[in-house]
Amino acid sequence: MKRGGMLRFILHRLALAIPTLFGVAVLIFLMLRVIPGDIVEIKLRADGGQVTQAMIEQERHRLGLDRPLPVQFASWLEGFVTGDLGTSMWTDRPVIVEIRERLELTVEVAILAAVIATVIAIPLGSLAALFAGSVLDYTIRLVTLGGLAAPAFWVGMLIILGLLTLFHWMPPMTFVPIYRDPIGNLSQLIFPALAIGYRFAAVVTRMTRSAVLEVMREDYIRTARAKGVYERLVITRHTLPNALLPTITVIGLEFAFLIGGLVVTEEVFNLNGIGRLFVQAVSRNDFILIQTLVMIIAAVFVLTNIVVDIICAALDPRLRAGR
Amino acid sequence: MSAAVSLAVPQDDRPDPAEALLRIEDLRVEFSTHRGIVRAVDGVSYDVRPGEIVAVVGESGCGKSVTALSVMRLLPAHAARITGGRIMFRGQDLAHLPAGAMRALRGRDIAMIFQEPMTSLNPVLSVAVQIMEPLTIHLGLSPDAARARAAELLGLVGLSDPERRLEQYPHELSGGMRQRVMIAIALSCDPKLIIADEPTTALDVTIQAQILELMKDLSQRLGIALVVITHNLGIVARYADRINVMYAGRVIEHGDSTAIFHGPRHPYTLGLLQSVPRLDRPRVARLATIPGMPPDLRNPPVGCRFAPRCALRAPVCDTAPSLRPIGMPGQATACHRAEELAPPPRFEPGDIQPATAREMPPTSPLVSVRGLDKSFRISIGQSGVLRAVADIGFDIPRGQTLGLVGESGCGKTTVGRMLVHLTEPSDGEIRFDGADTTHLARRDNVAFRRRAQIVCQDPYSSLNPRSTLGATLAEPLRVHRLVRGRRARRERVAALLDMVGLPRVMAERYPHQLSGGQRQRIGIARALAMQPSFIVCDEAVSALDVSIQGQIINLLEDLQRDLGLTYLFIAHDLAVVRHISHRIAVMYLGRMMEIGAAEAILSEPLHPYTRALLDAAPVPDPTIERARRQRSLQGELPSPLAPPSGCVFRTRCPLASVECAATVPVPREIRPGHFAACIKL
Repeated sequence: MKRGGMLRFILHRLALAIPTLFGVAVLIFLMLRVIPGDIVEIKLRADGGQVTQAMIEQERHRLGLDRPLPVQFASWLEGFVTGDLGTSMWTDRPVIVEIRERLELTVEVAILAAVIATVIAIPLGSLAALFAGSVLDYTIRLVTLGGLAAPAFWVGMLIILGLLTLFHWMPPMTFVPIYRDPIGNLSQLIFPALAIGYRFAAVVTRMTRSAVLEVMREDYIRTARAKGVYERLVITRHTLPNALLPTITVIGLEFAFLIGGLVVTEEVFNLNGIGRLFVQAVSRNDFILIQTLVMIIAAVFVLTNIVVDIICAALDPRLRAGR
Repeated sequence: MSAAVSLAVPQDDRPDPAEALLRIEDLRVEFSTHRGIVRAVDGVSYDVRPGEIVAVVGESGCGKSVTALSVMRLLPAHAARITGGRIMFRGQDLAHLPAGAMRALRGRDIAMIFQEPMTSLNPVLSVAVQIMEPLTIHLGLSPDAARARAAELLGLVGLSDPERRLEQYPHELSGGMRQRVMIAIALSCDPKLIIADEPTTALDVTIQAQILELMKDLSQRLGIALVVITHNLGIVARYADRINVMYAGRVIEHGDSTAIFHGPRHPYTLGLLQSVPRLDRPRVARLATIPGMPPDLRNPPVGCRFAPRCALRAPVCDTAPSLRPIGMPGQATACHRAEELAPPPRFEPGDIQPATAREMPPTSPLVSVRGLDKSFRISIGQSGVLRAVADIGFDIPRGQTLGLVGESGCGKTTVGRMLVHLTEPSDGEIRFDGADTTHLARRDNVAFRRRAQIVCQDPYSSLNPRSTLGATLAEPLRVHRLVRGRRARRERVAALLDMVGLPRVMAERYPHQLSGGQRQRIGIARALAMQPSFIVCDEAVSALDVSIQGQIINLLEDLQRDLGLTYLFIAHDLAVVRHISHRIAVMYLGRMMEIGAAEAILSEPLHPYTRALLDAAPVPDPTIERARRQRSLQGELPSPLAPPSGCVFRTRCPLASVECAATVPVPREIRPGHFAACIKL
């Protein structure tokens, strides 16, 4: 594999992401404008007092909602280039400010969960496959079944209760970025990451187990054994790289899902993350905030997929050739 | 098992056991399945002397591969276990060797080559890594030394440009090249013994000839003993010194190659030899077949396991026969009645239908094809246009069979699919019964399905696993409103089952409960349900064991005679095609190379490609095989994405010259009714 090939592969994938994201932008923009409910009315009524048609018109004008749709859309898209994504219609604070800190928190929790899950799941899944049918295998499968069955927020509650009763301690409530106070940051975020990571690890363990089992039945594993390759190498060199392809895909999907899907867990741990922001934005019909959040989540999905593709291509020469 | 039944080692002129490199004694292997214990290998003994080529022949499920995997101790860990016997290799009993010692021996002293070159190499590791592995593990070579040796090995197995090949991955190599890489891996540590399990079954006939030639040559030059496991008696005739024939978990006959082919003493061996159509003899009117199927090894028959299928069956066959010396020196057979077995018939003029008898009075063509073309747009790797079929024309007279032969990727399946409208032609004309059917409206297409049907290669994947066979057969009757009413349909299904020689109770069964041959009968019955006049048989007998293959070929011929069917018979086995076809067409890289009467194509081939195919086709007769000149076709098939200019065959053609690159040769009538596309004729 030539170096240029890999670079071209990555550029090709990135280029393909642009139409996808554009499509998402169009869809979410139009859908929000079709949904009934007007932020201006909701906001003004929430402030109390008499709401006149004139006040509504004035507010709509201030927010730019009276402009034609294509203009609104263009100015929103422009924001992705200039970095000015507008201001929240509710709080009047710049969208970027609203999102930045929360995104930082959520991405960190997601990464921690993914790391915990991967580090636990791949060895566990491989072990379960290698000793398929043994007590070890059944134990691992039972534990992972628990991870699939128990909702993450419930696991989170158990963790908090456990910390309180055993250590009379609760994780700190306020978010500090990891580069400012790593210990404070981790002591807050490691526990939600564990709660989410359990389910995550359960999914990945089961995937790894079935993938390893499948690869072990392949003819080329028999070939490796027929060559007299050490059993350890049969696993690490011949089986795992092939078995990891579907596993990595699942890790990527689960990870991307976490960015927008942590609402309840964030609530349990009292985290000010993207999930919570999203719920607030939706309940207030905050168009600008919603559409930008959707775009960010979509972008995370697309980027994660690209990263997954790149890792898979690095593992599997057939994918590099047949893009 | 009692002592009387176990296979005694004959005290004849076999060499001193000490001489044997590998000696399998009374090996027993059991598989535990959820439906009971399968005794896959039940008292097998054979030996292999240094440097010789020993063949193990038998149909699927006879235990030939399980025996080989036992030698390598590569049986599936949980399902199978060796329950008895010894596997002596250079003074050690491999059956009881500790796992670590066994690992150190695998790949170093005994190497193995597997059937499927497409799946036997690891797709994510480069060729270099895969060849270097045994070198570094067993011989302790440094990476540099191992790499140099790997390049050397690739040269040894005839791969050009070894340095570049080392960098490649399996998916970048053709099947034949992958099998060469497998051989290079097997040779890497200079083993004493190589076990090759169906090494060429998945390869095209010209590539098969190359690979077998290479293996034989290397075995002789390097003094490596070779065990070749195969179902194909033909390839054994060319290469094997000695042959073991296995049936239902036992060796039922063994002996020198000439003894087995010229004087088989077991009815099963004789049956195997007679049920393959042969290129070296005049066509027989009807293939001899072995009736029935191999026994279920969960509950094998008491006594001789072949008895239920054997014409010589007698009360004495209720006790199991053991191998006893008979016939030529070194030959032994496990049959009580071997003395009474008639020698293989020298074919006498009375038995043989003269070649001319196949020629039917000329009838009007049922199917007529002119200038047929099919291009596929593909986007794997770099995108391009694949011209799978280019400018094909032929007629199939009513009630006759056209055989379509060629190697993989030559477009023969695409032609078949276009004739039954499963693939739309890009260009050209198809006339069916005088009417233009090239492009059909939806409504006409449905009506057309009643007249043209297809039987596919893999009978298992072409049957819905969730419906009973009765439902599968009744479906077309219902969809096309051919038979109204449940009862009438059930009767028609029963009639169809009768027609293809299956018991009526099969209607209640599911596909997985049937054997391969039975499934193919269902495939044929399904095609017949519509009462078509034309059937495309796409490699319809290729996946079947030889004794079953003969049964299906006979069935197809009977149906043709009784129902006046017209066939397009697509296959790669020339002997089979010659047996069943009235005329034969040969394709290469999407183009027609030659077409003419079956006997003319086989006895006086015109096109160099047809000649090469005939040269490569193995013949089950060691005397003929050894006398044959070896001029197997060199080189690989060019990529169909970038076919050579002019004549597509010129890159591998022994006659090729500069002019061949200039124009695409069109088929010319060289002799009456015999066309070939070659400017050199």
